This record gives sequence, C-alpha cells and structure tokens, in this order.
Amino acid sequence: MSELNEERAAARDATNWAKSVSRLDVSEMPDEAVNRVSGKRLVGPIQGFGKMWQKTYQAQLPGDVVTPAELIDTWRQNFQSFWPDGHRFFAPLTGITPGEVALINAPMPGGLKLSTGVMVLYSDEESFTLMTPEGHVFAGWITFSATERDGATVAQVQLLMRAADPICEVGLVLGGHSQENGFWEGTLTRLAAHWGVEAEVDTAVVCVDKKRQWKRWTNLAQSSVIWSTYYTLGAPFRAIRGLVRREGSG
Amino acid sequence: MTEATATFDVRRHGPASVVDIKGDVTAASEDVLMAAYQEAGEAQAIVLNFDGLDYMNSGGIGLLVTLLVRCNRRSQQLLAFGLSDHYRQIFELTRLDEAVSIHDTESAALSAAGAGQ
Repeated sequence: MSELNEERAAARDATNWAKSVSRLDVSEMPDEAVNRVSGKRLVGPIQGFGKMWQKTYQAQLPGDVVTPAELIDTWRQNFQSFWPDGHRFFAPLTGITPGEVALINAPMPGGLKLSTGVMVLYSDEESFTLMTPEGHVFAGWITFSATERDGATVAQVQLLMRAADPICEVGLVLGGHSQENGFWEGTLTRLAAHWGVEAEVDTAVVCVDKKRQWKRWTNLAQSSVIWSTYYTLGAPFRAIRGLVRREGSG
Repeated sequence: MTEATATFDVRRHGPASVVDIKGDVTAASEDVLMAAYQEAGEAQAIVLNFDGLDYMNSGGIGLLVTLLVRCNRRSQQLLAFGLSDHYRQIFELTRLDEAVSIHDTESAALSAAGAGQ
C-alpha cells in the first residue's frame, strides 16, 4: 500500500470506529431516560446465550429519490423518528457518532418498561453499527446500511445476535422473534415513507448457529428484563418512601 | 451484490491452513471468504494473516463471527496474526479476541496451532 493510501486508511480507521472502552459511560441525557447502561461492558454475539441469528430486512427506494449516502445521513440524524410508536431512543447530544452511547426505553408485556441502550460501534457514509451492552435482550450488533443496486437505493437493517440469557431466549421463541421482525419492518416502512415511498420490506432470517451457549446462563445476573421489572414494580414503594420522607422533614 | 474488495489466498502448513487477507474486508467479502474457508478444508486450525489488510468495517467483523461459528462446528481452532494496533483494539472492543487467538507473527500462530516448524 502506498504512503498516501496508508494515511487514508488510518484516517478512516480513526474516524469510523469507536475507541476501545472497557466499560460504557453515558453522556448527558434527558431526566425521563432511565439509564441502566453506565458501567456495563459491551457484548457481541460471541458472549450471548441463545442460538445465533442473522436477520436481514431490506426496503428498496428509487435511486433518483435518494442516494445511499443521503439515506444514511437522514437515518442517522432522525433515528428515533423512524421507530414504531412507544419505543424511545435517546440519542447522545453529539448524535450517532462512534463511541457514543444511546439509551433505549421500550414497552414490555404487562405495562412494564425495558431500560437498556446501545453503543455506536462504527459509522461511515453508507452504514452505521450499534452494539449491545450487558443486560440487553440480545447480545450482538445491528448494522444499518444503504447500497445502490440496479439503479435503486436499498436500505437495510441487519442483526447478528444471540439472546442474552435463558429468559430472553424463551421470550424470543414465544413471540419475540416475530415482534422484532415487525419492529424493523415497521422502521423501514417509516423510513421509506419519509421520501413518500410505499416500500415492501423483504425479511430473511438465518440461524447461523443452532447451539446454545449454556455456560452463558450467568448473563441472567445482568438481565435488563429482570432489573427493569424490579424497577417498575418498585415504583409505588419508592413513591411512598418519598412521601414519608417529605412529610417527616416537613 | 457489491463487488468484493479483498482477496483470501489459502496455503497449507501441516495441520493448519493459513489464509492471506489482502484489501478491504466488508460484508461484500462473504462469498470469497467462505470459498477460501472451503479451500482450507479439514485443517485442524485456520490461521488468518492480516498483514495485507487495508481496511475492515463492521460488516467484515460480522463475517469473522460467522467464520468462527463454522470453525467451531468443525472443532477447528481460529487464530490470527499481523493485526495492526488499531485492529487489535477493534478485536478487543467487539470481544472477538475472547474466541480468536491473536499472535504477533505467523510462526507464533502456527506454533499455537500445533503446526510449528
């Protein structure tokens, strides 16, 4: 490789990838965002419990309506607005840039609220990747990308993931997979609608590894499902305790 | 599909197969990487040589995870050498280093694979 190419490659490396971190640090967030991510380690598909899945969702838009780079730029800047209703994505103030951490508050069955997050692992002109922390429902990463194909711009979401722990694995089998498929299909439909396109979403789900990693059952200790349930159920008790404290000091 | 921007040349070294990687490794490299893996055959260890790597994006890291699963299925070790400091950090960040054994040189990787001279 020539010296100039080496410099270019080094610049791409430094700009596009997150710096190495041992534990996550969350920058300033709105009060309503529940932070259960600070201090957690990142986990990839290798650290998960369940079967490994590669899920790919694609929507095609006319190439003369939007280019791949424009699509990714818009997606990155308005990430939350393309999510289905009820799910909150609290992007960092600096936006979706490598190394930044975003918080996620999402509804769970029974009126419970799941509190988790993701770190921006990678970002370039035509893609960006989010990686999960300990305690997330699944361990892995999600890549959002756009490419040109036969004159069209193809928007894609691709997950490489394992359920983080046995509870999440059971949840995925009992409807979690189809819920997730619906989530990303809905996201791509909304994204296409931004340019006035009524897109059909192609979904391809491949089981990359049928083996469950039983030694990872201890991931349960970090489970955001368990901790979010505990936190939500504890809300009335915290409210009563606050009331008692206020009356005691009044 | 986007055109592959990397080459993967395979050479056999005793019980190990060394895969020389050159160029940019992205999701578009899937077919050529998996063809190289087939060529590597039933070796006891697959040793990835990153000396000629120009660039790798997150799609490329995803491919390595898929390769790792295939190696595990065949009870093959997966090792790597020639990684720059930057990509060593990426392996740590993505925690690939917990499953892929990383070495400084080819001889160290081959020794670890039981294929030393």
